[in-house]
Amino acid sequence: MNGLEDLYREIILDHYKNPRNQGELPVPPAHAEEGHNPLCGDEVIVYVEIGDGKVKDIKIGGQGCSISRSSASMMTTAVKGRTIEEVDELIHRFKVMMSLEESDGSKADPNAEVSLDEFGELAALQGVVKFPVRIKCATLPWNTLDLGIKKVLAG
Amino acid sequence: MENLSTPSTSNDSVGNVSVDEIRKDFPIFDRPADNRLVYLDSGASSQRPRQVLEAMDRYYSTTHANVHRGVYRIAEEATRLYEQARVELGEFIGAPNPEREIVFTKNATEALNLVSQGLGRKILTKDSAIVLTEMEHHANLVPWMILKEQIGFEIRYIPFDSQGILDLTDLDRLLDGASILGVTMIGNVLGTINPVADLARAAHSAGALLVADGAQHVPHMPTNVEELGIDLMALTGHKMLGPTGIGALWAKESILDLMMPFLGGGDMIEDVRLGGYSPNVIPYKFEAGTPPIAEAIGLGEAVRYLKGIGMENIHQHDHVLVEYAMMRIAERFGSTIKIHGPQDPALRGGLLSIEMEGVHPHDLSQVLDEYDVCVRAGHHCAKPLMKKLGVGATARASFYLYNDTKDVDALIEALAKAQAFFA
Repeated sequence: MNGLEDLYREIILDHYKNPRNQGELPVPPAHAEEGHNPLCGDEVIVYVEIGDGKVKDIKIGGQGCSISRSSASMMTTAVKGRTIEEVDELIHRFKVMMSLEESDGSKADPNAEVSLDEFGELAALQGVVKFPVRIKCATLPWNTLDLGIKKVLAG
Repeated sequence: MENLSTPSTSNDSVGNVSVDEIRKDFPIFDRPADNRLVYLDSGASSQRPRQVLEAMDRYYSTTHANVHRGVYRIAEEATRLYEQARVELGEFIGAPNPEREIVFTKNATEALNLVSQGLGRKILTKDSAIVLTEMEHHANLVPWMILKEQIGFEIRYIPFDSQGILDLTDLDRLLDGASILGVTMIGNVLGTINPVADLARAAHSAGALLVADGAQHVPHMPTNVEELGIDLMALTGHKMLGPTGIGALWAKESILDLMMPFLGGGDMIEDVRLGGYSPNVIPYKFEAGTPPIAEAIGLGEAVRYLKGIGMENIHQHDHVLVEYAMMRIAERFGSTIKIHGPQDPALRGGLLSIEMEGVHPHDLSQVLDEYDVCVRAGHHCAKPLMKKLGVGATARASFYLYNDTKDVDALIEALAKAQAFFA
């Protein structure tokens, strides 16, 4: 099951079985953003509380497969306490890793190598790129967070 | 489940034709024995035999021309083949007037949209009511919701119970004042075979028309619209060994006459003036533009293939596989795998939706694919039903005439691998 082990790295399974920052935050002060994958029915609710230009707190609700849940779990640990600018950059870099964007924002070459320096646990999700159908699972929480932050900033 | 029969080699034939022989007709299964394609997703789309592919190829290679237009010989031949497919399909489902009552569409979804826009728009007002069931595919929900947005009316739903069986306790009250009862003949998630004849009788005594979604029924069971008392029925070709891009609406002649045209354009008119148009006669009134001719011919060939095997034989074969799969799952996995829908295999069509404890259906399907076992994971285009089941997705295995107990065995082994992987 070499292919599968690329997809389901141990750290992914760990985040799936022991999800971090799962639950809800009171709205307001937090904002709740709901994301759906219409193809499979996965849904994620990202509760994000923004203050002083930072992600003060974040929790994840909803349900989904191991890839979307572990991606959401890792996302929460990666963005909590970071500034909005840092989170924006991380979302962009995650999409680059998922072969969805080039560093200049254009569409990516799926075979390109991506620098995983300082990407921490998130690098484990790189194997998803080989399973195109699952890319949407991995990016669902990120797109939802992105949208949620934009809505909060737009007031 | 103590009364389930034990597997024997006799499971592996459909009527008196062995599954191995049947598989030889399907090019996609032409693989080395150690690389067998375990295709358990015919509920989403079936595979097709070479007879169907060859019929379409032959048409394109020898007689392609547009239908209902040319006076030259190959155009006449194209028209003859297209119309012959219509009659063959109509006879296959027991249509009393196949040449006038079969409307070719893109798929069952388009057929149901034609019903909502052609019939619904004609007979419903904002004060009307229609009745659907909670187990409908989006194809028999959303067209009605769209029409409701346009003209407004009430949509009522027949619920189903914990066994996935329609609860008809309140049927008379639900049907009171309703104009249409829309029901799937076999639930695409639960596998339930619905009591269509009973529902048709109840609908008729309440003055409602019975609209049946036959997408999962027509490919798998003998279907006779007249005996079942159906008024309109949608079907699709690609789930019954035919090509994609072709389906049909069957409806009683009087209903088709009453219905408004849905798509306008060439072929569906009798006359066009700058001041207006007169529609063509049925069924052409509903077939605007150049139709999928090769696809219709392919579907006609698929019907011939299915008739050759026998629909009762196919239904029996599905039943044997479902019963065997349910027995093996219970034996091997106990309560760690839940099977949705009727627990009595006799009440089911040839499909099973399962939920494995601790393993999301997507992950399950991904691991199964590693063993060349193809099952569908997702909401199966039935989100209201999934919500009622309390799940976001299920994994569904569906069987057809080219599957056998070896496929079920492969499924069981792959399920065990998945369970071990995520343990």
